Amino acid sequence: MNPIVKSLIILFLVIFIPLNVAAGLIWLERRLLALWQDRYGPNRVGPFGLLQVLADMIKIFFKEDWIPPFADKPVFVIAPAVIMVTVLMSYTVVPWAPGATVADMNIGLLFFLAMSSLGVYSIVLAGWASASKYSLLGGLRASAQMLSYEVFMGLSLMGTVLLAGSFRLSDIVAAQRHMWFVIPQFLGFILFLIAGLAETRRLPFDLPEAESELVAGFHSEYSGMKFGMFFVGEYLGVILISAMITVLFFGGWQGPWLPPIVWFVVKTLFFICLFILLRAALPRPRFDQLMSWGWKIMLPLALLNLLVTGAVVLAARP
Amino acid sequence: MTKIFVDGKAYEVKADQSLLQACLSLGLNLPYFCWHPALGSVGACRQCAVKQFRDEKDTRGRLVMSCMTPAADGTRISIEDAEAAAFRKGIIEGLMLNHPHDCPVCDEGGECHLQDMTVMTGHDYRRTRFPKRTFHNQYLGPLINHEMNRCIQCYRCVRYYREYAGGHDFDAFSSRSQVYFGRYQDGVLENEFAGNLVEICPTGVFTDKTLKRHYTRKWDLQFGPSVCVHCGLGCNISAGERYGTLRRIVNRYNGEVNGYFLCDRGRFGYEFVNSAERLKQPLQRQDGKLQPISKARALEALAGLLADPKKVIGIGSPRASLEANYALRALVGADRFYTGLSASAARLTAVALEMLRRGPARTPSLGEIERADAVLILGEDVTNVAPRMALALRQSVRQQPMRKADQLKIPRWLDHPVRELAQDQKGPLYIATPAATRLDDVATETYRAAPDKIARLGYAVAHALDAGAPDVAGLSEAERSLAARIAEALKSAERPLVVSGPSLNSEAILQAAANVARALSAAGRAPSLSLTAPECNTLGVTMIGGGSLADAFQAVKSGSADTVIILENDLYRRASARAVDEFFSSARHIVLLDSVTTPTVQKAELVLPAATFAESDGTLVSSEGRAQRFFEVYPPVGEIQSSWRWLRDIMMAAGRREAAAWQDLDAVVASVSDGIPALAAVAQAAPSASFRLAGAKIPREPHRYSGRTAMLANINVSEPKPPEDSDSSLAFSMEGVFAQPPASLIPFFWSPGWNSIQSVNKFQEEIAGPLRGGDPGVRLLEPSAAEPRAYFTPASEPTSGSAGEWLLVPLYHIFGSEELSRLAPGIAELSPQPYVALNPEDANALGVQEETSVTLSLESVSRTLPVKLMPGLARGLAGLPAGILPIEGSGLPAWSRISRA
Amino acid sequence: MLSILRTLWNIFLHAFQRRETVQYPEEKPYLPPRHKGRIILTRDPDGGERCVACYLCAVACPVACISLQATEDETGRRYPEFFRINFSRCIFCGYCEEACPTYAIQLTPDFEMAEYHRQNLVYEKEDLLMSGPGKRPGYNFWRVSGVKIGGKDKGEAENEAPPVDLHSLLP
Repeated sequence: MNPIVKSLIILFLVIFIPLNVAAGLIWLERRLLALWQDRYGPNRVGPFGLLQVLADMIKIFFKEDWIPPFADKPVFVIAPAVIMVTVLMSYTVVPWAPGATVADMNIGLLFFLAMSSLGVYSIVLAGWASASKYSLLGGLRASAQMLSYEVFMGLSLMGTVLLAGSFRLSDIVAAQRHMWFVIPQFLGFILFLIAGLAETRRLPFDLPEAESELVAGFHSEYSGMKFGMFFVGEYLGVILISAMITVLFFGGWQGPWLPPIVWFVVKTLFFICLFILLRAALPRPRFDQLMSWGWKIMLPLALLNLLVTGAVVLAARP
Repeated sequence: MTKIFVDGKAYEVKADQSLLQACLSLGLNLPYFCWHPALGSVGACRQCAVKQFRDEKDTRGRLVMSCMTPAADGTRISIEDAEAAAFRKGIIEGLMLNHPHDCPVCDEGGECHLQDMTVMTGHDYRRTRFPKRTFHNQYLGPLINHEMNRCIQCYRCVRYYREYAGGHDFDAFSSRSQVYFGRYQDGVLENEFAGNLVEICPTGVFTDKTLKRHYTRKWDLQFGPSVCVHCGLGCNISAGERYGTLRRIVNRYNGEVNGYFLCDRGRFGYEFVNSAERLKQPLQRQDGKLQPISKARALEALAGLLADPKKVIGIGSPRASLEANYALRALVGADRFYTGLSASAARLTAVALEMLRRGPARTPSLGEIERADAVLILGEDVTNVAPRMALALRQSVRQQPMRKADQLKIPRWLDHPVRELAQDQKGPLYIATPAATRLDDVATETYRAAPDKIARLGYAVAHALDAGAPDVAGLSEAERSLAARIAEALKSAERPLVVSGPSLNSEAILQAAANVARALSAAGRAPSLSLTAPECNTLGVTMIGGGSLADAFQAVKSGSADTVIILENDLYRRASARAVDEFFSSARHIVLLDSVTTPTVQKAELVLPAATFAESDGTLVSSEGRAQRFFEVYPPVGEIQSSWRWLRDIMMAAGRREAAAWQDLDAVVASVSDGIPALAAVAQAAPSASFRLAGAKIPREPHRYSGRTAMLANINVSEPKPPEDSDSSLAFSMEGVFAQPPASLIPFFWSPGWNSIQSVNKFQEEIAGPLRGGDPGVRLLEPSAAEPRAYFTPASEPTSGSAGEWLLVPLYHIFGSEELSRLAPGIAELSPQPYVALNPEDANALGVQEETSVTLSLESVSRTLPVKLMPGLARGLAGLPAGILPIEGSGLPAWSRISRA
Repeated sequence: MLSILRTLWNIFLHAFQRRETVQYPEEKPYLPPRHKGRIILTRDPDGGERCVACYLCAVACPVACISLQATEDETGRRYPEFFRINFSRCIFCGYCEEACPTYAIQLTPDFEMAEYHRQNLVYEKEDLLMSGPGKRPGYNFWRVSGVKIGGKDKGEAENEAPPVDLHSLLP
């Protein structure tokens, strides 16, 4: 096949599939939450309520796209686009299967970290441009939370980089042919899971939204598809973090019998479900608790992990 | 001031009052039934019991009735004392023994003093199982409903009706525990103030029958502070609306004017607002018939008519507000504005106004009339012309006997001892009228004569008071000695009062009254002179100034004008049909603004629907010279709007840009007070629309107002936004602060725990005193300090007709003589049919009996009417009901021939 | 940390428990007679309208969605000329029923009142009035009140003595 056509197909699939899966996650999340709360969840629209997604999408597209008169209009409009763009950009480096990557960069992991750092702008700008007190508080929380957790997110991954000896994600997957990195890097995995939750602002780390305190936090003033973009952005983030966990700690597409892509999907789905279970089970911490865990526990642990891994790698080098 | 201790707290209170009054003045809650601020204390119901202690060491105390105990210095009482509270609860349990299970269907419910007091005392469960005693009800006329089962025997009704209002046909009939308050037999209550029973009765025995026809609870009414438009006294009223119709009138306390009471015309005459005769949209005459047109087309047509402003004249009205009259004056120009008063009324009112301005007599408020201690009435049938004043005069005769009580140190509020002491003694009240009046029973002496002779008596009184006053010749010995007795009584009084007015169309009577006042002043007294005004704004429109109706007729006749704009005026009530018809046929265009269909409507080319007092704001000047603001109760429906707004719109349509400034009432009021020096003070009659009570507008609706999301849901389920009121600081809403508004802006009286009208206690500085912040209204007339004018000189001879002629005099009727209230069904039912009244002896001489038809020839018109025998009518006179028959010639009094038909 | 894991496990186990959801409308729930649903106006045991138009329900209504006008028949029996409930505003709090002194207004277990047009949620007296006495079978307000209506003169109500003859009180 013509490599250009192939790239275009992969490009199209990488944009198209996560977007649709993200929309589908609305249904999945509601059904799973209901499952764990002794309810049924959406089960009326279509078989198993599957068309609920469609109904929701139709609804959200037809909602009034309202920009508050007091908002900073250009920033208000750009903010939801930023999150979509940055998250989708991260997808370019994800190795779905052998050879199925948009850009198999040698600094793929750094690119992912860079893009997820940019994501915070979207939230901060949305909170600021809304010019309402709840949005501003949400934005402030988001900036503090995401900056703090980003630090040890990067550090927690350095162990795997040390073990694999490369920032290229396909190399990292390949390096796990014999052993998933979750075993030597269990601490790194835990730290990355927590940091990933915080980066995607999922419960229990949804302080920027905190609907019981801040109405809807940074996107209080958003409606219609702009709100929808935050929503989809969040689900894209969930998929991305799940995919990254798969890639970095659980051997990516590798596995016996089944085709690589199936393995990848199954592993990713598992972590998505884990994210939802966490939401179903855990309460939201106080903001000061969140910050002190991040700086006082997680960061030292990440550094310790790096130190030990580094020492072991150094010691094990022939 | 004395110091009393209530529940251990020290209070400074005014001396000369009972403990009950003192406690209520202090804002303390103490239940009562038989006491009423206007009726005094009798200690009958035992409801106001409190514990009194000898001194601070006394812990046992004894129960006393607070209404019967003076608030002496150092008195120590306890309201909260357990024994006193239990006693009060026991009393109300007793009173409630026979009270029926009626509250849901009782019109008093929700504003019931008995309900309030029962809740206040804590009685909540009926323990007895005896059968309740029951009574049959009586028919008491079209205005008042009777439901005797509900009575708790407080006796307030009978004390008010017989002792305060002077009625005779109502009493208490009792044996054992069965007390019946009613008449000997079914029939209309005769007293003109019977409507006050509705407010006097603490429960639902007497209720408003006109309200019953469209019943609404007090909490559901939207109220507006208003002023009665049915006579010139300017009594303050609260008018209540629901579902776009006016539902009831209740008294709005004004310590200086109407106090606690209204007359029945004022209370029940409101139904004209809901009448089928109301004009609801602009009408234009097309092919000889009035056809509805839109507001825009009406204004367009008007702009065309006003193309030549030099040819336009405006006829104002004594029943329209100052603002409306002034707006018309601004539209047509001051020299083309006519007051709308008949020639004689205009002249008499101008004379009266001049007298009051020049002094030396001061025009008294109704409160001051009540305190007058010697009264001379010249020519006025007060009960039928200015009804509420009659109730005040009835109290004035108690002033002199009460001095005896003062000497014996019996407090005035101790009602029975004072009345026992006075027995039948009454202070001086002299009445000189052509016919018997309803005040004759308390009059010292009455004098029945023709208007001219009444005037001559007045001159003689003045002469007797001050020899410098001109005398009249040809008085009989009896008349001379009567004049001397009147002069003596007035001279020996502290606050003498002369009442007169224009009812008999006699300038001489007014001049005689002025002479008496002037002579009293010369004799070193400070006289009051109260001159009645026939309509609610007669004095106001006269103060604006302008020619009379006759001048307007002349202007059109002479060709200097051809277009007439008439403001809320039925010309057929002011001049003879012939004169008015001639006027209308010579005028090319007739534009009328009015609220109700009158004969004048049938002549108009263009009719604009004006708002009534209930749908508009404005200022009226009462006969006292008090400017008072009335406020919209509810926004007008459809095309109806305030007359001044119509006139503004007409000016705008005619390209008169200066009217653009009149966006709200305050702007018009400012124009009035700038434009007319005599009315400069009207702006102070009430706070402006920018006034806010704790930052909010004053709600017109009680905070329990119900049905807001359902009342219009049948039209559209989405509720409309409540209308804005740009004209006043009142809002068409229930939202606002619970605080006392300025007195002129109180829409209704309510206070926590006091749902009935008795809650006015909470709004007064002291019981029966002024409302907090001063009573509403601003007085425009004070006598000037300059040298009083010279005495008027009487005509040498009384006028007389030729032989066989009768002097026709107008006889006024509280129900029927007034234009607007006649449209209320209840009032219409009580209005008399046309008649001619004759003294029985005269009738005998003429050979006619009651109901015989006689023919009256007056000028060139003759009319056949049934005879009514009237024993009190002076000989040689014939009486015709005023305002009921069309006017002939130049009006009454007039000489006429009477013959059997 | 352990407690978090235990929580996650316990929550996960809920996946295998019975659903609490009632599958309405296929499956109807049982509603007790005192359930506060659609409002009705009842009649007394004699078949007459119970409502005496006292306005207490209207004033008790916290959303002011009841409006009515009292009127009387020729015998003095009071009833509502119109009686309107705007169910698009009603919160089914039942205060109107609490306030009603005649047991006329009652809330029923029917709640299936949805409409496509809000205007259809405005119920007039014809829509509210039913033919029976509802939850209070025996009560008739007019049998205890003291006013006279058609078929019941003064003194004929429960626990009332015959009316006093006015002539016996005259001197």
